[in-house]
Amino acid sequence: MNWGIESATVRYGSQVALDGLTLQPERGSVTVVIGGDGAGKSTCLKALVGLIPLNGGTACRPSKKEIGYVPATGGVYPDLTVYENLAFSGRSYGIKGSAFEKRRAKVLELIGLRDVRERLAGHLSGGMQRKLAVGLALLHQPQLLVLDEPTTGLDPLSRAELWRVISHTAAQGAAVVLSTTYVNEAQRASLVILLSEGRSIAAGSPSQIIAGVPGKVGRVKSERQPPGLAWRRGGIWHTWDLSKGTPGEADRIEPDFNDAVIIAELSHEIGITR
Amino acid sequence: MNALAETRRVTLRFGELTAVDSVSIAVERGETVGLLGANGAGKTSLIRLLLGLIPPTSGEVLLLGSSPSVKSRERVGYVPQTLGLYEDLTVRENWDFTNRAFGLRRLSLPEDLGEIRDDLVGELPLGIQRQVAFAVAASHKPELLVLDEPTSGVAPLSRARLWNDIHASAEAGAGVLVTTHNMEEAEQCDRLAIMVDGQMVVSGTPADVVGSRLVVEVRSEDWRRAFELLDSTGLVVQAHGDVLRVPAARDAIDEAFAVGGIEATITMVPANLEEAFVMIVSERSAT
Repeated sequence: MNWGIESATVRYGSQVALDGLTLQPERGSVTVVIGGDGAGKSTCLKALVGLIPLNGGTACRPSKKEIGYVPATGGVYPDLTVYENLAFSGRSYGIKGSAFEKRRAKVLELIGLRDVRERLAGHLSGGMQRKLAVGLALLHQPQLLVLDEPTTGLDPLSRAELWRVISHTAAQGAAVVLSTTYVNEAQRASLVILLSEGRSIAAGSPSQIIAGVPGKVGRVKSERQPPGLAWRRGGIWHTWDLSKGTPGEADRIEPDFNDAVIIAELSHEIGITR
Repeated sequence: MNALAETRRVTLRFGELTAVDSVSIAVERGETVGLLGANGAGKTSLIRLLLGLIPPTSGEVLLLGSSPSVKSRERVGYVPQTLGLYEDLTVRENWDFTNRAFGLRRLSLPEDLGEIRDDLVGELPLGIQRQVAFAVAASHKPELLVLDEPTSGVAPLSRARLWNDIHASAEAGAGVLVTTHNMEEAEQCDRLAIMVDGQMVVSGTPADVVGSRLVVEVRSEDWRRAFELLDSTGLVVQAHGDVLRVPAARDAIDEAFAVGGIEATITMVPANLEEAFVMIVSERSAT
């Protein structure tokens, strides 16, 4: 049976944070949950790793020892050095002796922090702290690695370095699940879940999501907003037309992933079910 | 005609540290300029210099034609990453408060904020809060808008709507200066300026910044083995689904695959903006 959550519902009091969500990550690849603040991304990941109970639906996950999880903030002890953080994490997973030393060396190499191993985690840059947090979660070689917004606030250089670690972990066979608000990051996944108000409003590989776009997408070069639904792409407009008739002033184009995600959100907003 | 905001060979030192190193940048009317750089590259210092919040060690800063002052700052709208709204006040109260601070009489609230006029800002979703912050900052029709990561944390559709608003302000004649780490946002700008270690290293349209840079694209039956092969050689491999992209010379990759005995289709493809940015910053930092 696949790991994941099926038709999962989570309520906080009267508020529905997760509404019948299904998320089944595949081993050896990267799954990305994308959505804005408050869409339910953190709840979804916590439900996946078993940090919060479900009010409905089912969950199937490996044993705790095979899960690595990094929350959206923190995940490291700022008053401990990089080495001490790794030692602490090793002990809490019961990795000892030469096995620990081997893993520690491997992880330090992977996250590229060997030169700063004696530094306090709190004195590292934001990007290095995120890498350390991921390294701590990788120490015990989890089969399911879950990262809550690992790249938020990072510059593109740190983001590329972190993605190297993410892809490496997936290439080794683990199922990696992460959340983001960046469309170009979601586009790098094998499986994307677009979340809004606790529900999945589009799911599949990036090319499947693009192929599922209903209606016509066009481009217009104009200073004024063209009629209907339109959004800016630098100096031009992209438009979306659901009507069957002849296209308006827009030149028809193939939507890209960015368009597809915007259209999925618009469809959800105006009540088109896909 | 003068630029809206301009620095001429401006330098800022903090003791031994040079935060901004002889930087010249100009923001003209009606244009959107994206200021990019790694963390610590000097973007925030440059913006503080432009607004006159700190004096330069040397060089000249012109804001709306003269040295920055309280008077010229009145003609600037600024949205910090933390938004600068009062969470315990309603949308309407935030709007009125800011307008009064700028000496304006009760301007009517924009139509699209009507529905949420009496909601406490702190209780609104972040995407809406960002839209409110932008509307409030733009309410006194500033000639220059300075936006720090304007769509950080918001959903793609909210991001698209905010950029519709930002472009509309520029088309009405304002100059817009945006700092961002998000390349989707950078691609919305007319012009980009990239800082590395306090220096301005590249300036131009997004297409100019990418230029003729290429990356190697690798497609293989088994992307995992291909990734491990390239990763172990120390190359910065980026996996996009099962396609690998590497900012490196093709020879090195052909050789790695010949030695590794894995079949792969290897082609050169144009770099995207994110890849170009990483290449530019890495090249500069290495020298």
